[in-house]
Amino acid sequence: MFQYEFITNAFIAAGIVAIVSGVTGYFLVMRGQTFAGHALSHIGFAGATGAGLIGLSPLWGLVGFTLMAGIGMGLMSERISNRDVAIGVVLALALGFGLLFLHYYTAFASQATALLFGNVLAVDRDMIGALGALGAAVVVGLGVIMRPLIFATLQPELAEAKGVPMRFISTAFLAIVALAVAACAQIVGVLMVFTLMVGPGAATQRVTGGLWSGLAVAALLALGEAWLGIAIAFQTDWPVSFCIAVLSAIGYFAALMWPSAARHAH
Amino acid sequence: MPPIVELNHATITLGHRAVLRDISFSIEAGDFVGVLGPNGAGKTTLMRSILGLLPPTAGAVRVFGEAPKFGASTIGYLPQLRTVLPDLRVRGLDYIASSLHGERWGLPSLAAADRHSIEETLHAVGASDLARRSLSDMSGGERQRLLLAQALIGNPKLLLLDEPLISLDARHQEVVIDVVRRIARERGITVLFSAHELNQLLGAIDKVLYLGNGHAALGTVDEVVTAPVLSQLYGTEIEVLRAGGHIFVMSRGRDVEREAHQHDHDHGHSHGDHGHAH
Repeated sequence: MFQYEFITNAFIAAGIVAIVSGVTGYFLVMRGQTFAGHALSHIGFAGATGAGLIGLSPLWGLVGFTLMAGIGMGLMSERISNRDVAIGVVLALALGFGLLFLHYYTAFASQATALLFGNVLAVDRDMIGALGALGAAVVVGLGVIMRPLIFATLQPELAEAKGVPMRFISTAFLAIVALAVAACAQIVGVLMVFTLMVGPGAATQRVTGGLWSGLAVAALLALGEAWLGIAIAFQTDWPVSFCIAVLSAIGYFAALMWPSAARHAH
Repeated sequence: MPPIVELNHATITLGHRAVLRDISFSIEAGDFVGVLGPNGAGKTTLMRSILGLLPPTAGAVRVFGEAPKFGASTIGYLPQLRTVLPDLRVRGLDYIASSLHGERWGLPSLAAADRHSIEETLHAVGASDLARRSLSDMSGGERQRLLLAQALIGNPKLLLLDEPLISLDARHQEVVIDVVRRIARERGITVLFSAHELNQLLGAIDKVLYLGNGHAALGTVDEVVTAPVLSQLYGTEIEVLRAGGHIFVMSRGRDVEREAHQHDHDHGHSHGDHGHAH
């Protein structure tokens, strides 16, 4: 199947995005902020359609909106990202705006499905370059804040007492998540960012306790799900995002069954 | 030698409420001080002020004779609000390691010397086996011992333990008190140990610091736990009954400490946010 350029492109793009999503998702699950990641992707939908309306590239509309929303969430409070109702209201509002923008820019409507559910088979060389840049920014950003991020996540009260800038860390982290979400939405769509970002990270937390092994497992799991999903889609002609979603769910529920020392009674 | 902790007419404000008003006391080196008082009396606030997180709005707080230094390694701290992430399979060693130089940027790493000091303090509190076990696998008592070991890393001269007995059964409470007492004696550490009930601490503490109604009283148990002193602190008439080596602090025939403890069980566990003002 690699004789087709669009398949090669899809594998490269999905590979970049899967590794970035797996690593980011590992921390998102660790911090209990998966719902915030979900909300960011929906806010990105409004950004992408809004950008289409004023003639800009949907990708940069997506990046701009998720980034602003991520920074906003981080600045408002360290804990707002755990407030499910507030986030739910904001994400519904964002989807509503996305719909409004689509309403006024009907020519763009054909792209709505691609935005919502992803269209990895339409990725071109330019998009791979953009995804590579986003991915590099995410990895470098996480590398810089990883140490205080883990401390602030595991022991927030003590981290504050030791002088960790809590608000800055949580804001920077959500900004990084926003970039990862924007990249991820290009592959699986804004509605299914969970499949690559949260599924592998959550499965990993169940099977390994070590940091580096956890990051490696999360990245490889996301990569395996993305690539296998494309291969299955190629053979069956099913939508890629469907295949990835199924694999992600299988990965997560298999991890729940994983025989774990943590499961037995105290 | 200056006092380890000294408050001089200090007022400490949380939001718009002066939790502690015009407080003065000094704690000498090597003292094991039980910090008591009703919920909201300012036990956590006092500790956060000693850590430099809450500067006094009036007066002075001095630690080791100086204004508190933010993030000082000479103070070991065991916070009350312990965020427990239930499904996280972090090993004890990694959990503690995250706190060592956790404020630095970049990737986490664990130097051999740091690993050694973690293992050494775990051994000192009798919890060596916790290094390899995952946090989600530990009982409340084990987790508490892990946090105690963490607070002891770097050989602090002052230990601030905020409600380390909460949600432990009586046997584990005794173990925690004994371990703290023994290590504090061996290493000459000054300890502030906050708790809900005085009786658990009676055998261990040198002094008691009672907080209430914005005021504070520091002294031996016999000096402080008396009807006149506590009546003034609580702002209501208090009786102190002694029976069988126990002390009961009663208000209109009811045991005030026991009720405070019940109250905390009702609210303290359901939601982490409640604990901050204590």
